[in-house]
Amino acid sequence: MADSLPISGTLDLTRAPAPKRLALEVVHDWITTVDHKKIGLMYIASSLVFLAVGGFEALLMRIQLSVSNEKFLSPQTFNEMFTMHGTTMIFFVAMPMLFGFANYLVPLMIGARDMAFPRLNAFSFWIALFGGLLLYFSFLGGNGLYGDGGAPLVGWFAYAPLTARTFTKGNSTDYWALGVLLSGIGTIGTALNLVTTTLCMRCKGMKLTRMPLLVWLILITAGMIFVAIPPLSAAQIMLLIDRYVGGHFFDTQAGGSAIIWMHFFWIFGHPEVYILVLPAFGFANEIIPVFSRKPIFGYQAMVAATVAIGFVSLSVWAHHMFTVGLGADADTFFVLSTMIIGIPTGIKIFNWLATMWGGKLRFTVPMLFCVAFLFQFLIAGLTGIMMAVAPFDWQLHDSYFVVAHFHYVIVGGILFCLFAAFYFWFPKMTGRMMSDTLGKWHFWLFVAGFHLTFDFMHVPGILGMPRRVYTYEAGRGWDIWNLVVTIGAFVQLIAIVVFVVNLIRSLSSGDPAGNDPWDAWTLEWATTSPPPVYNFATEPIVRSRRPLWDLKHPEDPDWKYE
Amino acid sequence: MSTIPFTNDASDQPWVLPYRGTIGIYCLIASESAMFSIFVIAYLYYLGKSLSGPTPRQVLELPIFTTVCLLSSSITVHLAVNGLRHRKLPAFKAWLAATVFLGSVFIIGTGLEWYKLIYKDGLTLQTNLFGTSFYSLVGLHASHVMVGLLMLSITLVLALMGKVKQEHADRFHTLSLYWHFVDAIWVVVFTVVYVLGR
Repeated sequence: MADSLPISGTLDLTRAPAPKRLALEVVHDWITTVDHKKIGLMYIASSLVFLAVGGFEALLMRIQLSVSNEKFLSPQTFNEMFTMHGTTMIFFVAMPMLFGFANYLVPLMIGARDMAFPRLNAFSFWIALFGGLLLYFSFLGGNGLYGDGGAPLVGWFAYAPLTARTFTKGNSTDYWALGVLLSGIGTIGTALNLVTTTLCMRCKGMKLTRMPLLVWLILITAGMIFVAIPPLSAAQIMLLIDRYVGGHFFDTQAGGSAIIWMHFFWIFGHPEVYILVLPAFGFANEIIPVFSRKPIFGYQAMVAATVAIGFVSLSVWAHHMFTVGLGADADTFFVLSTMIIGIPTGIKIFNWLATMWGGKLRFTVPMLFCVAFLFQFLIAGLTGIMMAVAPFDWQLHDSYFVVAHFHYVIVGGILFCLFAAFYFWFPKMTGRMMSDTLGKWHFWLFVAGFHLTFDFMHVPGILGMPRRVYTYEAGRGWDIWNLVVTIGAFVQLIAIVVFVVNLIRSLSSGDPAGNDPWDAWTLEWATTSPPPVYNFATEPIVRSRRPLWDLKHPEDPDWKYE
Repeated sequence: MSTIPFTNDASDQPWVLPYRGTIGIYCLIASESAMFSIFVIAYLYYLGKSLSGPTPRQVLELPIFTTVCLLSSSITVHLAVNGLRHRKLPAFKAWLAATVFLGSVFIIGTGLEWYKLIYKDGLTLQTNLFGTSFYSLVGLHASHVMVGLLMLSITLVLALMGKVKQEHADRFHTLSLYWHFVDAIWVVVFTVVYVLGR
């Protein structure tokens, strides 16, 4: 087997110890592991569970909104659903899913054996997971021992002074604050680990300018996390001081400010969008070249554009606050900074197109998801530019147009890239291929459901339907659009069911993948599928951005041209 | 298929990467700085916005002595690192003990200041916005000093037991970087709270 590997000598050929049989031993193995691959898989698995829960909450809301004057959910339950849906999807689905892939792939891609701090890695995962469990425990413990229980219902951004003890009694808001605080600690720990791993653990020859773009983008993302997540943690600590010790940070009656919570939250909240989308860009950066049979177009420009996005995204937060009345000067600044971010993002779109241009395209499932991502992310960006214009935002702020816009980014952009990553790296993680037929069903159903839901969600927004209303009266022209949106949500549900079936079936009976099923170029494909615990028995030596291309084509290696 | 290394890089230099502890602590410092800046912003924003007294001018005194102690502990910890690096273990232990002492003086000073504020001036976290933002910011810093003191004390105990050797210099340097950071934050807090804020 070792001879068939692209890099011979990658594997230790001494006999492995007999595989463990006892279920308890297996569980013990997973709970105590510090192996970056196992932690990465646990991140992904836990976020899939939370994805199912968060999706279920979204479906409940869509049933409630499908027709006017519906009584399917009570107003309180509806508030709980949108709070939990948003919090779950951002903190316990998107972040851990991206971290799962980052954990799994970064050490493999830079030719390292593990992360820089393996135990910190395990700690970060478990504390984030228990943050999620704490959040969901609120369904039982939210009103304290003597109440009925209730989940947080203050919205995922928890605007003050609604979060003060006076206005939200019981413990629901505390579960929200503590759950998110714990997840933030885990996030910072993992980001610290990823930066240190990238800077200190690269194999010989893996200069910064030779790293795969995914590693670059995760490095920049992690850097942004250091600036973006701690403000949220600080704000959560202030909120807890207010709620438990009787502080006045957001207590408007004692002179405290509700606006400053908005600032603190969005100083975190807007960079967060880019923290989520940059790794997704990274997946596209790895997948599109492989299925275009061309190296990525404009490697340096891609890195530079990412750094630019990272910097500019730190100065755009108040475009979430145009309706607050910050004054013309502040509004103008944030309009301009928000629009400027379109430039580096546009550079990226053009680079992906140029990579595909003249390439020998192979429309496998991961590539399909990436192509759909390109179209959808473009539209999401364009509605973003529309919203960046302050007067336009005054008209549509807090309407379903905004909801449609950011779901276009998060589902149409990030989730599509995540699905692409699933189909692309599943063979490496498990040694088996995912079914192509089911994958295409998943793709087309999901595209149909996505567009039914989120294309048509823009319309009731323009017609004036506000966010977070739990029902609406008939005859406003919103009914038909809401019904279409709800139907689309159920089409997405069918697509996700197909995906889960594909996942489970492929796990047990997928075609064997081999080590390098896509004929790819980065180091993770140079070891077995799944990789051994130590990743590489001998440290690889890298001379170009596509080490496996060099090995497969010794007559025409990349390093002659770089 | 060729084996690795298949060709030697002509420009091959020794492959040296930074020490992971140093990079890790710099990352921690970056995120802690972001967190402190939010508390500093909150303090500045709420300056003079309290609806009732006492005000900073009425109750705060310049903590010159403890500040000098804390800032000079940066020098002593630096000397301790140098001692360990050059295998001058007695010097290392002496400077480390001096650092722990100076840090303890600072934290005791903070404790006395808080005692006076709470029992003499009647300023608690609940009194007004100044109390809330003051105790949060200074308390956040003091808790960082205590974490640093704890780690330095553990190192001191281990050093006295003879378990800290020259090969641990990189690790101790990492700890000293954290201590320098705590001192640097104090310069900011001191300026904001005691100089600008009075």
